[in-house]
Amino acid sequence: MAQAIQTNTGQSLPLPEGIQGIVADWSSDQRAFKNVPWGKAMMWIFLLSDTFIFSCFLISYMTVRMSTTEPWPNPSEVFGLTLFGKSIPLLLIAIMTFVLISSSGTMAMAVKFGYEKNRKMTFILLLCTAALGATFVGMQAFEWTKLILHEGIRPWGNPLGAAQFGAAFFMITGFHGTHVSIGVIFLLITATKVIRGDLDHERPGFMTGRKGKYEIVEIMGLYWHFVDLVWVFIFAVFYLW
Amino acid sequence: MAAHVEGQQHPIGIYLKIWGLLFVLSTASYLVDYFHFQGYLRWFLILLFMLLKAGLIVAVFMHMLWERLALMYAILVPTVLLMFLLGIGALEADYTFLTRGVFFLKGLF
Repeated sequence: MAQAIQTNTGQSLPLPEGIQGIVADWSSDQRAFKNVPWGKAMMWIFLLSDTFIFSCFLISYMTVRMSTTEPWPNPSEVFGLTLFGKSIPLLLIAIMTFVLISSSGTMAMAVKFGYEKNRKMTFILLLCTAALGATFVGMQAFEWTKLILHEGIRPWGNPLGAAQFGAAFFMITGFHGTHVSIGVIFLLITATKVIRGDLDHERPGFMTGRKGKYEIVEIMGLYWHFVDLVWVFIFAVFYLW
Repeated sequence: MAAHVEGQQHPIGIYLKIWGLLFVLSTASYLVDYFHFQGYLRWFLILLFMLLKAGLIVAVFMHMLWERLALMYAILVPTVLLMFLLGIGALEADYTFLTRGVFFLKGLF
């Protein structure tokens, strides 16, 4: 007896939501992250690992700061700026925070215009983001110079108090600054791809055979927002403690 | 509500609003230092503004709000484990501080 089995139902079934959705997604014997390009899922997983690295730094910093019997240098004064003959606490760090938040805002809008295939706006906003990121790194270089040359702070000691201050400071902000610098380089690469029309014409990238798509702008955005996110934590626990 | 394959598409207004909100929260946390709040009030405010900012960035700028729960939980649950590392670090630091006080700084305790 021949029996026809319908193998094509015409359209895919809607994905279940809630807890049922989690179980269905993970047990589907397919990719677990539905509706997400794999590049984006991989970026999220990379960011998770980076979260653990930064957490290790910040938690070690907390441990050395809590366990030292020497007084910790007051960040509010160390990072103050003298403006018009008046010293304002933490001014430089506040400006850096606003610069980085602004770059996150322009990045978010670049992603939006990217998905609208608005090549010019995406390009301009990516360049703005890169410029703000570079400004941030520049200000950080200024801050480091001030601390090293004028305050005499070294990773192994400083004249202001607990020796661990320098080690924690240079390690944490250095690692974050490296992330920002790498982000600026990749922002410029992404911006170039956008303005050349690589993504509109689905040209493969330099090191991959995969077609260029506007999702790379969003993946770039995830990385950039993460850098901003880390700064939120550094700002709170290092500078405001 | 679920994002489709084309990617995340949201009106520009939401990004501008969150941007403004992040500015306000950053100013607020700066003012905590500027006005020299101390003690538990300082800690409460700093951590509150920090978590609000972090939440807004992850939820809206990184589009976590519109992702499926499978991705949300895969990323957010492991970070909760860090709270244990934080707790262990704090316990260890307290102990180190105590022993340093006992052995190196006679008279501190």
